[in-house]
Amino acid sequence: MKQELIIAGFGGQGVMSMGQLLAYAAMKEGKEVSWLPSYGPEQRGGTANVSVVISDSKFGSPVIDRPTSLIALNNPSFQKFEPSVKEGGEIFINEDLVTVQSGRKDITVHLIPALTVANELNEQRTAGMVILGAFITKTGILKAESLLSALTYLLGTKKDHLIPVNRQAILRGEKIIRKALSSIN
Amino acid sequence: MGKVLMKGNEVIGEAAIHAGCVYFFGYPITPQSELVAYMAKRLPEVNGLFLQAESEVAAINMVYGAASAGVRVMTSSSSPGFSLKQEGISYLAGAELPAVIVNIGRGGPGLGNIQPAQSDYFQVTKGGGHGDYYTPVLAPSTLQEIIELTSEAFRIADDYRTPVILLGDGMLGQMMEPVEFRDIKEKEFKEKEWATSGTEGDGPPRVITSLDLSDIKLEERNNRLQEKYSKIKKQEIKVESLYTEDAEHIVIAYGTVARMVQSAIEKAREEGMKIGLIRPVTLWPFPSEVISRISEDVKGILAVEMSAGQMVEDVRLAVEGKTPVSFYGRTGGVIPSVEEIYEAIKKLGKGVTA
Repeated sequence: MKQELIIAGFGGQGVMSMGQLLAYAAMKEGKEVSWLPSYGPEQRGGTANVSVVISDSKFGSPVIDRPTSLIALNNPSFQKFEPSVKEGGEIFINEDLVTVQSGRKDITVHLIPALTVANELNEQRTAGMVILGAFITKTGILKAESLLSALTYLLGTKKDHLIPVNRQAILRGEKIIRKALSSIN
Repeated sequence: MGKVLMKGNEVIGEAAIHAGCVYFFGYPITPQSELVAYMAKRLPEVNGLFLQAESEVAAINMVYGAASAGVRVMTSSSSPGFSLKQEGISYLAGAELPAVIVNIGRGGPGLGNIQPAQSDYFQVTKGGGHGDYYTPVLAPSTLQEIIELTSEAFRIADDYRTPVILLGDGMLGQMMEPVEFRDIKEKEFKEKEWATSGTEGDGPPRVITSLDLSDIKLEERNNRLQEKYSKIKKQEIKVESLYTEDAEHIVIAYGTVARMVQSAIEKAREEGMKIGLIRPVTLWPFPSEVISRISEDVKGILAVEMSAGQMVEDVRLAVEGKTPVSFYGRTGGVIPSVEEIYEAIKKLGKGVTA
Protein backbone atom coordinates (compact mmCIF):
# COMPACT_ATOMS: atom_id res chain seq x y z
CA MET A 1 0.00 0.00 0.00
CA LYS A 2 1.20 3.49 -0.82
CA GLN A 3 -0.30 6.88 -0.03
CA GLU A 4 0.93 10.10 -1.57
CA LEU A 5 -0.70 12.81 0.50
CA ILE A 6 -0.59 16.57 0.27
CA ILE A 7 -1.81 18.57 3.27
CA ALA A 8 -2.40 22.23 2.54
CA GLY A 9 -3.79 25.19 4.43
CA PHE A 10 -2.95 28.51 6.07
CA GLY A 11 0.21 28.88 8.09
CA GLY A 12 -0.72 28.22 11.71
CA GLN A 13 -3.39 25.62 10.95
CA GLY A 14 -0.96 22.87 11.83
CA VAL A 15 -0.25 21.67 8.31
CA MET A 16 3.40 20.83 8.99
CA SER A 17 2.61 19.20 12.34
CA MET A 18 -0.13 17.04 10.85
CA GLY A 19 2.34 15.78 8.29
CA GLN A 20 4.96 15.22 10.95
CA LEU A 21 2.51 13.16 13.04
CA LEU A 22 1.75 10.92 10.08
CA ALA A 23 5.44 10.58 9.23
CA TYR A 24 6.35 9.68 12.79
CA ALA A 25 3.48 7.20 13.12
CA ALA A 26 4.43 5.61 9.79
CA MET A 27 8.04 5.24 10.92
CA LYS A 28 6.88 3.56 14.13
CA GLU A 29 4.82 1.12 12.08
CA GLY A 30 7.97 0.26 10.15
CA LYS A 31 6.81 1.84 6.91
CA GLU A 32 8.87 3.83 4.45
CA VAL A 33 8.04 7.51 4.70
CA SER A 34 9.14 10.94 3.59
CA TRP A 35 8.01 14.43 4.69
CA LEU A 36 8.72 17.30 2.35
CA PRO A 37 7.55 20.79 3.35
CA SER A 38 6.97 23.77 1.14
CA TYR A 39 9.50 26.20 2.48
CA GLY A 40 9.53 28.66 -0.38
CA PRO A 41 7.93 32.06 -0.80
CA GLU A 42 4.42 30.59 -0.87
CA GLN A 43 4.86 29.99 2.84
CA ARG A 44 5.08 33.77 3.31
CA GLY A 45 1.90 34.21 1.30
CA GLY A 46 -0.13 32.57 4.03
CA THR A 47 -0.51 29.09 2.58
CA ALA A 48 1.63 26.14 3.51
CA ASN A 49 1.73 22.60 2.25
CA VAL A 50 3.55 19.40 3.01
CA SER A 51 3.98 16.24 0.94
CA VAL A 52 3.93 12.97 2.85
CA VAL A 53 4.63 9.66 1.14
CA ILE A 54 3.84 6.53 3.17
CA SER A 55 4.58 3.17 1.64
CA ASP A 56 4.98 -0.49 2.56
CA SER A 57 7.98 -0.72 0.26
CA LYS A 58 10.87 1.53 -0.71
CA PHE A 59 10.05 4.36 -3.08
CA GLY A 60 12.01 6.92 -5.07
CA SER A 61 10.55 10.39 -5.23
CA PRO A 62 9.48 12.35 -2.14
CA VAL A 63 7.94 14.91 -4.49
CA ILE A 64 4.27 14.36 -5.27
CA ASP A 65 2.97 15.39 -8.70
CA ARG A 66 -0.37 13.57 -8.50
CA PRO A 67 -1.47 13.00 -4.89
CA THR A 68 -3.61 9.98 -4.08
CA SER A 69 -5.07 12.02 -1.22
CA LEU A 70 -5.39 15.70 -0.44
CA ILE A 71 -6.25 17.28 2.89
CA ALA A 72 -7.37 20.84 2.18
CA LEU A 73 -7.86 23.21 5.09
CA ASN A 74 -8.81 26.37 3.20
CA ASN A 75 -10.18 27.55 -0.15
CA PRO A 76 -6.91 28.60 -1.81
CA SER A 77 -5.32 25.23 -1.01
CA PHE A 78 -8.32 23.36 -2.33
CA GLN A 79 -8.27 25.35 -5.56
CA LYS A 80 -4.53 24.91 -5.96
CA PHE A 81 -4.33 21.14 -5.47
CA GLU A 82 -7.78 19.77 -6.36
CA PRO A 83 -6.95 19.52 -10.10
CA SER A 84 -3.77 17.52 -9.41
CA VAL A 85 -5.43 14.72 -7.39
CA LYS A 86 -5.05 11.35 -9.08
CA GLU A 87 -8.10 9.73 -10.71
CA GLY A 88 -9.80 7.65 -8.04
CA GLY A 89 -8.16 9.78 -5.38
CA GLU A 90 -9.73 11.35 -2.33
CA ILE A 91 -9.98 14.81 -0.86
CA PHE A 92 -10.61 15.41 2.81
CA ILE A 93 -11.71 18.96 3.43
CA ASN A 94 -12.32 21.02 6.49
CA GLU A 95 -15.97 21.67 5.71
CA ASP A 96 -16.09 24.65 8.08
CA LEU A 97 -13.54 26.57 6.05
CA VAL A 98 -13.63 25.22 2.51
CA THR A 99 -16.67 26.53 0.66
CA VAL A 100 -15.72 25.86 -2.95
CA GLN A 101 -16.74 22.59 -4.55
CA SER A 102 -15.09 20.14 -6.86
CA GLY A 103 -16.51 19.61 -10.31
CA ARG A 104 -14.60 16.38 -10.77
CA LYS A 105 -16.45 13.10 -11.03
CA ASP A 106 -13.37 10.87 -10.86
CA ILE A 107 -12.47 11.64 -7.24
CA THR A 108 -14.23 11.44 -3.88
CA VAL A 109 -14.58 14.47 -1.63
CA HIS A 110 -15.11 13.90 2.09
CA LEU A 111 -16.59 16.80 4.01
CA ILE A 112 -15.31 16.87 7.58
CA PRO A 113 -16.73 19.54 9.92
CA ALA A 114 -13.41 19.57 11.73
CA LEU A 115 -13.69 22.95 13.39
CA THR A 116 -17.23 22.32 14.60
CA VAL A 117 -16.13 19.06 16.19
CA ALA A 118 -13.02 20.64 17.68
CA ASN A 119 -15.13 23.40 19.22
CA GLU A 120 -17.49 20.79 20.66
CA LEU A 121 -14.45 19.24 22.27
CA ASN A 122 -13.49 22.68 23.64
CA GLU A 123 -10.09 22.44 21.99
CA GLN A 124 -9.95 24.21 18.65
CA ARG A 125 -6.42 22.95 18.02
CA THR A 126 -7.70 19.40 17.59
CA ALA A 127 -9.36 20.21 14.24
CA GLY A 128 -6.41 18.67 12.41
CA MET A 129 -6.72 15.46 14.41
CA VAL A 130 -10.38 15.12 13.43
CA ILE A 131 -9.37 15.18 9.77
CA LEU A 132 -6.44 12.84 10.33
CA GLY A 133 -8.78 10.42 12.09
CA ALA A 134 -11.01 10.44 9.02
CA PHE A 135 -8.03 10.11 6.68
CA ILE A 136 -6.44 7.08 8.35
CA THR A 137 -9.80 5.36 8.77
CA LYS A 138 -10.79 5.80 5.13
CA THR A 139 -7.41 4.91 3.65
CA GLY A 140 -6.36 2.32 6.23
CA ILE A 141 -2.80 3.50 5.86
CA LEU A 142 -2.11 3.85 9.63
CA LYS A 143 -3.56 2.77 12.94
CA ALA A 144 -5.15 5.33 15.26
CA GLU A 145 -2.93 4.05 18.08
CA SER A 146 0.20 4.88 16.08
CA LEU A 147 -1.07 8.38 15.52
CA LEU A 148 -1.68 8.82 19.24
CA SER A 149 1.71 7.51 20.23
CA ALA A 150 3.24 9.88 17.68
CA LEU A 151 1.35 12.71 19.32
CA THR A 152 2.46 11.62 22.77
CA TYR A 153 6.04 11.70 21.57
CA LEU A 154 5.82 15.03 19.76
CA LEU A 155 3.89 16.86 22.49
CA GLY A 156 6.30 15.74 25.17
CA THR A 157 5.46 15.02 28.80
CA LYS A 158 4.61 18.65 29.62
CA LYS A 159 1.61 18.59 27.33
CA ASP A 160 0.42 15.03 27.84
CA HIS A 161 -2.80 16.35 29.39
CA LEU A 162 -3.83 17.11 25.79
CA ILE A 163 -3.72 13.44 24.77
CA PRO A 164 -7.27 12.45 25.84
CA VAL A 165 -8.93 15.27 23.90
CA ASN A 166 -6.85 14.43 20.84
CA ARG A 167 -7.85 10.80 21.15
CA GLN A 168 -11.47 11.91 21.14
CA ALA A 169 -10.81 14.09 18.10
CA ILE A 170 -9.37 11.15 16.16
CA LEU A 171 -12.32 8.96 17.16
CA ARG A 172 -14.79 11.64 16.10
CA GLY A 173 -13.08 11.86 12.72
CA GLU A 174 -13.29 8.09 12.41
CA LYS A 175 -16.99 8.13 13.31
CA ILE A 176 -17.80 10.88 10.81
CA ILE A 177 -16.17 9.05 7.93
CA ARG A 178 -17.71 5.70 8.87
CA LYS A 179 -21.16 7.26 9.05
CA ALA A 180 -20.69 8.99 5.71
CA LEU A 181 -19.54 5.76 4.11
CA SER A 182 -22.38 3.68 5.51
CA SER A 183 -24.95 6.20 4.26
CA ILE A 184 -23.48 5.89 0.76
CA ASN A 185 -23.49 2.10 0.77
CA MET B 1 19.56 3.04 18.62
CA GLY B 2 16.34 2.84 16.61
CA LYS B 3 15.12 5.03 13.82
CA VAL B 4 14.55 8.72 14.32
CA LEU B 5 12.73 11.25 12.20
CA MET B 6 14.92 14.23 11.39
CA LYS B 7 15.37 16.97 8.81
CA GLY B 8 18.20 16.49 6.33
CA ASN B 9 20.06 19.52 7.65
CA GLU B 10 19.92 18.12 11.19
CA VAL B 11 21.07 14.72 10.00
CA ILE B 12 24.22 16.30 8.58
CA GLY B 13 24.95 17.88 11.96
CA GLU B 14 24.41 14.71 13.96
CA ALA B 15 26.37 12.66 11.43
CA ALA B 16 29.29 15.09 11.73
CA ILE B 17 29.27 14.72 15.50
CA HIS B 18 29.20 10.93 15.09
CA ALA B 19 32.22 11.30 12.80
CA GLY B 20 34.09 13.07 15.58
CA CYS B 21 33.60 16.64 14.39
CA VAL B 22 32.88 18.92 17.34
CA TYR B 23 33.98 22.22 15.82
CA PHE B 24 31.57 24.15 13.65
CA PHE B 25 31.75 27.69 12.32
CA GLY B 26 28.55 28.77 10.65
CA TYR B 27 26.50 31.53 9.21
CA PRO B 28 22.77 31.17 8.55
CA ILE B 29 21.24 31.08 5.08
CA THR B 30 18.09 29.35 3.83
CA PRO B 31 17.75 26.44 3.10
CA GLN B 32 20.57 25.20 5.34
CA SER B 33 19.97 27.24 8.53
CA GLU B 34 18.67 24.24 10.50
CA LEU B 35 22.16 22.76 10.36
CA VAL B 36 23.62 25.87 11.99
CA ALA B 37 20.84 25.88 14.58
CA TYR B 38 21.31 22.17 15.28
CA MET B 39 25.03 22.59 15.85
CA ALA B 40 24.43 25.60 18.13
CA LYS B 41 22.24 23.37 20.30
CA ARG B 42 24.13 20.09 20.08
CA LEU B 43 27.83 20.98 20.18
CA PRO B 44 27.84 22.39 23.74
CA GLU B 45 26.28 19.08 24.85
CA VAL B 46 29.26 17.13 23.52
CA ASN B 47 31.88 19.61 24.76
CA GLY B 48 32.33 20.96 21.28
CA LEU B 49 32.55 24.49 19.97
CA PHE B 50 29.89 26.21 17.93
CA LEU B 51 30.58 29.70 16.74
CA GLN B 52 28.39 31.85 14.56
CA ALA B 53 30.78 33.91 12.49
CA GLU B 54 30.13 37.45 11.29
CA SER B 55 30.09 36.26 7.68
CA GLU B 56 30.66 33.23 5.47
CA VAL B 57 34.16 34.50 4.73
CA ALA B 58 34.98 34.65 8.42
CA ALA B 59 33.53 31.17 8.99
CA ILE B 60 35.67 29.49 6.34
CA ASN B 61 38.78 31.19 7.70
CA MET B 62 37.94 29.99 11.20
CA VAL B 63 37.74 26.53 9.66
CA TYR B 64 41.25 27.10 8.28
CA GLY B 65 42.48 27.89 11.78
CA ALA B 66 40.81 24.91 13.45
CA ALA B 67 41.95 22.53 10.69
CA SER B 68 45.52 23.79 11.15
CA ALA B 69 45.29 22.77 14.78
CA GLY B 70 44.42 19.23 13.66
CA VAL B 71 40.77 18.89 14.65
CA ARG B 72 37.85 17.70 12.58
CA VAL B 73 35.93 20.83 11.57
CA MET B 74 32.96 21.78 9.42
CA THR B 75 31.16 24.77 7.99
CA SER B 76 28.09 24.99 5.83
CA SER B 77 26.19 27.34 3.60
CA SER B 78 23.93 27.55 0.57
CA SER B 79 24.83 28.67 -2.93
CA PRO B 80 25.40 32.47 -2.59
CA GLY B 81 27.06 32.00 0.78
CA PHE B 82 29.04 29.06 -0.56
CA SER B 83 30.40 31.33 -3.32
CA LEU B 84 31.74 33.62 -0.61
CA LYS B 85 33.73 30.73 0.85
CA GLN B 86 35.67 30.01 -2.35
CA GLU B 87 38.78 32.00 -1.46
CA GLY B 88 38.99 30.13 1.83
CA ILE B 89 38.49 26.74 0.18
CA SER B 90 41.32 27.51 -2.26
CA TYR B 91 43.55 28.35 0.73
CA LEU B 92 42.55 25.09 2.45
CA ALA B 93 43.41 23.15 -0.71
CA GLY B 94 46.71 25.00 -1.07
CA ALA B 95 47.69 24.53 2.55
CA GLU B 96 46.50 20.90 2.39
CA LEU B 97 44.09 21.17 5.26
CA PRO B 98 41.31 18.64 5.93
CA ALA B 99 37.84 20.12 6.42
CA VAL B 100 34.27 19.43 5.36
CA ILE B 101 32.23 22.17 3.70
CA VAL B 102 28.52 21.64 3.15
CA ASN B 103 26.59 23.27 0.32
CA ILE B 104 22.80 22.88 0.45
CA GLY B 105 22.21 24.38 -2.97
CA ARG B 106 19.47 26.78 -4.02
CA GLY B 107 18.38 28.52 -7.20
CA GLY B 108 20.83 30.95 -8.81
CA PRO B 109 22.66 32.79 -10.19
CA GLY B 110 23.02 35.77 -7.88
CA LEU B 111 20.66 35.91 -4.94
CA GLY B 112 18.36 33.60 -6.92
CA ASN B 113 15.82 32.06 -4.59
CA ILE B 114 15.62 29.53 -1.78
CA GLN B 115 14.24 26.59 -3.77
CA PRO B 116 16.33 23.48 -4.49
CA ALA B 117 18.82 23.52 -7.37
CA GLN B 118 21.90 21.67 -8.63
CA SER B 119 23.39 24.59 -10.49
CA ASP B 120 26.56 24.74 -8.39
CA TYR B 121 27.91 21.57 -10.03
CA PHE B 122 30.58 23.38 -12.05
CA GLN B 123 31.68 25.33 -8.99
CA VAL B 124 32.10 22.32 -6.71
CA THR B 125 33.60 19.88 -9.22
CA LYS B 126 36.01 22.13 -11.10
CA GLY B 127 37.78 23.77 -8.19
CA GLY B 128 35.53 26.74 -7.51
CA GLY B 129 38.21 29.12 -6.28
CA HIS B 130 41.47 30.19 -7.88
CA GLY B 131 44.42 27.92 -8.60
CA ASP B 132 44.87 24.35 -9.78
CA TYR B 133 42.90 22.35 -7.28
CA TYR B 134 39.96 19.99 -6.91
CA THR B 135 37.86 19.05 -3.93
CA PRO B 136 36.25 15.65 -3.54
CA VAL B 137 32.47 16.11 -3.74
CA LEU B 138 29.97 13.70 -2.15
CA ALA B 139 26.30 13.94 -3.14
CA PRO B 140 23.84 11.98 -0.97
CA SER B 141 20.35 11.31 -2.31
CA THR B 142 18.66 10.12 0.89
CA LEU B 143 18.88 11.16 4.52
CA GLN B 144 20.28 7.77 5.52
CA GLU B 145 23.01 8.21 2.94
CA ILE B 146 23.90 11.59 4.45
CA ILE B 147 25.08 9.75 7.55
CA GLU B 148 27.36 7.45 5.61
CA LEU B 149 28.75 10.14 3.33
CA THR B 150 29.35 12.71 6.07
CA SER B 151 31.52 10.15 7.81
CA GLU B 152 33.25 9.39 4.50
CA ALA B 153 33.81 13.10 3.88
CA PHE B 154 35.78 13.41 7.11
CA ARG B 155 37.76 10.27 6.39
CA ILE B 156 38.71 11.41 2.90
CA ALA B 157 39.58 14.88 4.20
CA ASP B 158 41.95 13.40 6.78
CA ASP B 159 43.41 10.67 4.56
CA TYR B 160 44.36 13.07 1.78
CA ARG B 161 44.64 16.34 3.71
CA THR B 162 42.07 18.05 1.54
CA PRO B 163 38.87 20.03 1.91
CA VAL B 164 35.84 17.89 0.95
CA ILE B 165 32.45 19.18 -0.20
CA LEU B 166 29.17 17.59 0.87
CA LEU B 167 26.64 18.70 -1.75
CA GLY B 168 22.88 18.60 -1.33
CA ASP B 169 19.99 20.85 -2.28
CA GLY B 170 17.17 22.57 -0.45
CA MET B 171 14.94 19.54 -0.79
CA LEU B 172 17.45 17.24 0.88
CA GLY B 173 18.05 19.79 3.65
CA GLN B 174 14.39 20.47 4.39
CA MET B 175 12.80 17.04 4.09
CA MET B 176 12.41 14.49 6.86
CA GLU B 177 12.93 10.75 6.62
CA PRO B 178 13.55 8.10 9.24
CA VAL B 179 17.27 7.58 9.74
CA GLU B 180 19.29 5.28 11.91
CA PHE B 181 22.61 6.18 13.44
CA ARG B 182 23.95 2.67 13.62
CA ASP B 183 26.38 1.98 16.40
CA ILE B 184 29.46 3.67 15.17
CA LYS B 185 32.60 2.41 16.78
CA GLU B 186 34.70 4.92 18.62
CA LYS B 187 37.04 5.94 15.85
CA GLU B 188 40.72 6.20 16.39
CA PHE B 189 41.95 9.17 14.51
CA LYS B 190 45.43 9.06 13.19
CA GLU B 191 47.55 11.66 14.85
CA LYS B 192 48.19 14.60 12.56
CA GLU B 193 51.90 15.04 12.94
CA TRP B 194 51.78 18.12 10.73
CA ALA B 195 49.22 19.99 12.87
CA THR B 196 50.22 23.23 14.57
CA SER B 197 49.08 22.06 17.95
CA GLY B 198 52.27 23.11 19.79
CA THR B 199 55.67 21.40 19.47
CA GLU B 200 56.41 21.43 23.21
CA GLY B 201 59.99 22.22 22.28
CA ASP B 202 60.56 18.76 20.81
CA GLY B 203 61.09 19.80 17.21
CA PRO B 204 61.15 22.61 14.70
CA PRO B 205 58.13 24.91 14.31
CA ARG B 206 55.41 23.49 12.09
CA VAL B 207 54.16 25.75 9.35
CA ILE B 208 50.80 25.71 7.64
CA THR B 209 50.66 27.96 4.61
CA SER B 210 49.61 28.13 0.99
CA LEU B 211 52.31 30.70 0.24
CA ASP B 212 55.41 29.80 -1.80
CA LEU B 213 57.22 32.83 -3.15
CA SER B 214 59.63 30.62 -5.10
CA ASP B 215 58.16 29.48 -8.41
CA ILE B 216 59.95 26.15 -8.25
CA LYS B 217 58.68 25.50 -4.73
CA LEU B 218 55.13 26.38 -5.73
CA GLU B 219 55.35 24.11 -8.73
CA GLU B 220 56.50 21.32 -6.41
CA ARG B 221 53.46 21.96 -4.24
CA ASN B 222 51.24 21.84 -7.31
CA ASN B 223 52.81 18.59 -8.42
CA ARG B 224 52.18 17.15 -4.98
CA LEU B 225 48.54 18.24 -5.16
CA GLN B 226 48.12 16.71 -8.62
CA GLU B 227 49.59 13.41 -7.42
CA LYS B 228 47.13 13.45 -4.56
CA TYR B 229 44.24 14.09 -6.96
CA SER B 230 45.34 11.15 -9.13
CA LYS B 231 45.33 8.95 -6.06
CA ILE B 232 41.85 10.15 -5.08
CA LYS B 233 40.60 9.47 -8.62
CA LYS B 234 41.93 5.93 -8.36
CA GLN B 235 40.62 5.15 -4.91
CA GLU B 236 37.59 7.19 -4.01
CA ILE B 237 35.04 6.94 -6.82
CA LYS B 238 31.58 5.98 -5.63
CA VAL B 239 28.68 5.25 -7.96
CA GLU B 240 25.37 3.41 -7.78
CA SER B 241 23.92 1.45 -10.69
CA LEU B 242 20.30 0.34 -10.76
CA TYR B 243 18.53 -1.77 -13.42
CA THR B 244 21.60 -1.55 -15.68
CA GLU B 245 22.04 -5.29 -16.46
CA ASP B 246 19.56 -5.42 -19.34
CA ALA B 247 19.34 -1.67 -19.99
CA GLU B 248 19.13 -0.37 -23.53
CA HIS B 249 19.16 3.24 -22.36
CA ILE B 250 20.68 4.83 -19.29
CA VAL B 251 19.63 7.84 -17.27
CA ILE B 252 22.30 9.58 -15.22
CA ALA B 253 21.32 11.77 -12.26
CA TYR B 254 22.68 12.54 -8.82
CA GLY B 255 21.37 13.65 -5.43
CA THR B 256 17.63 14.10 -4.91
CA VAL B 257 16.94 14.20 -8.66
CA ALA B 258 18.07 10.58 -8.89
CA ARG B 259 15.04 9.69 -6.76
CA MET B 260 12.59 11.29 -9.18
CA VAL B 261 14.49 9.58 -11.98
CA GLN B 262 14.23 6.22 -10.19
CA SER B 263 10.44 6.60 -9.96
CA ALA B 264 10.28 7.58 -13.65
CA ILE B 265 12.43 4.59 -14.62
CA GLU B 266 10.24 2.22 -12.62
CA LYS B 267 7.23 3.59 -14.49
CA ALA B 268 9.02 3.17 -17.82
CA ARG B 269 9.97 -0.42 -16.91
CA GLU B 270 6.31 -1.19 -16.20
CA GLU B 271 5.73 -0.15 -19.82
CA GLY B 272 8.43 -2.54 -20.95
CA MET B 273 11.18 -0.02 -21.60
CA LYS B 274 14.61 -1.25 -20.58
CA ILE B 275 16.02 1.76 -18.79
CA GLY B 276 18.83 1.80 -16.24
CA LEU B 277 20.03 4.38 -13.74
CA ILE B 278 23.57 5.43 -12.96
CA ARG B 279 23.88 7.70 -9.95
CA PRO B 280 27.26 9.30 -9.35
CA VAL B 281 27.74 9.46 -5.58
CA THR B 282 31.09 11.22 -5.89
CA LEU B 283 30.78 14.06 -8.41
CA TRP B 284 34.52 14.60 -8.24
CA PRO B 285 36.10 12.20 -8.83
CA PHE B 286 33.46 11.51 -11.49
CA PRO B 287 32.65 7.85 -12.31
CA SER B 288 33.83 8.33 -15.91
CA GLU B 289 35.01 4.75 -16.40
CA VAL B 290 31.69 3.18 -15.41
CA ILE B 291 29.89 5.53 -17.80
CA SER B 292 32.43 5.01 -20.57
CA ARG B 293 32.06 1.24 -20.31
CA ILE B 294 28.27 1.22 -20.33
CA SER B 295 28.14 3.69 -23.22
CA GLU B 296 29.50 0.91 -25.44
CA ASP B 297 26.48 -1.28 -24.71
CA VAL B 298 23.52 1.12 -24.74
CA LYS B 299 21.60 2.99 -27.42
CA GLY B 300 21.63 6.31 -25.63
CA ILE B 301 22.12 8.19 -22.38
CA LEU B 302 19.98 10.89 -20.79
CA ALA B 303 21.31 13.22 -18.09
CA VAL B 304 18.74 14.81 -15.78
CA GLU B 305 19.65 17.72 -13.53
CA MET B 306 18.19 20.67 -11.69
CA SER B 307 20.40 22.93 -13.80
CA ALA B 308 20.69 24.08 -17.38
CA GLY B 309 23.12 21.22 -18.04
CA GLN B 310 26.32 20.97 -16.03
CA MET B 311 27.03 17.34 -15.11
CA VAL B 312 26.03 16.42 -18.65
CA GLU B 313 29.37 17.89 -19.79
CA ASP B 314 31.25 15.33 -17.70
CA VAL B 315 28.94 12.62 -19.04
CA ARG B 316 29.80 13.64 -22.61
CA LEU B 317 33.52 13.63 -21.80
CA ALA B 318 33.17 10.11 -20.40
CA VAL B 319 31.06 8.85 -23.30
CA GLU B 320 33.46 10.23 -25.95
CA GLY B 321 30.78 10.13 -28.62
CA LYS B 322 30.22 6.38 -28.29
CA THR B 323 26.48 6.85 -27.82
CA PRO B 324 24.10 9.82 -28.11
CA VAL B 325 23.81 11.89 -24.93
CA SER B 326 20.70 13.99 -24.31
CA PHE B 327 19.74 16.26 -21.45
CA TYR B 328 16.66 17.20 -19.49
CA GLY B 329 16.75 19.84 -16.78
CA ARG B 330 14.74 22.41 -14.88
CA THR B 331 16.27 25.51 -13.33
CA GLY B 332 15.52 28.30 -10.89
CA GLY B 333 14.34 26.04 -8.11
CA VAL B 334 11.82 24.09 -10.20
CA ILE B 335 11.90 20.39 -9.37
CA PRO B 336 11.44 18.19 -12.45
CA SER B 337 8.39 16.00 -11.99
CA VAL B 338 8.44 12.22 -12.40
CA GLU B 339 6.01 12.71 -15.31
CA GLU B 340 8.34 15.14 -17.12
CA ILE B 341 11.30 12.80 -16.67
CA TYR B 342 9.20 9.88 -17.87
CA GLU B 343 8.34 11.87 -21.03
CA ALA B 344 12.05 12.60 -21.58
CA ILE B 345 12.78 8.87 -21.17
CA LYS B 346 10.10 8.01 -23.75
CA LYS B 347 11.82 10.30 -26.27
CA LEU B 348 15.05 8.38 -25.61
CA GLY B 349 13.42 5.23 -26.94
CA LYS B 350 12.53 7.06 -30.15
CA GLY B 351 16.13 7.99 -30.68
CA VAL B 352 15.56 11.73 -30.34
CA THR B 353 18.40 13.60 -28.69
CA ALA B 354 18.13 17.07 -27.29
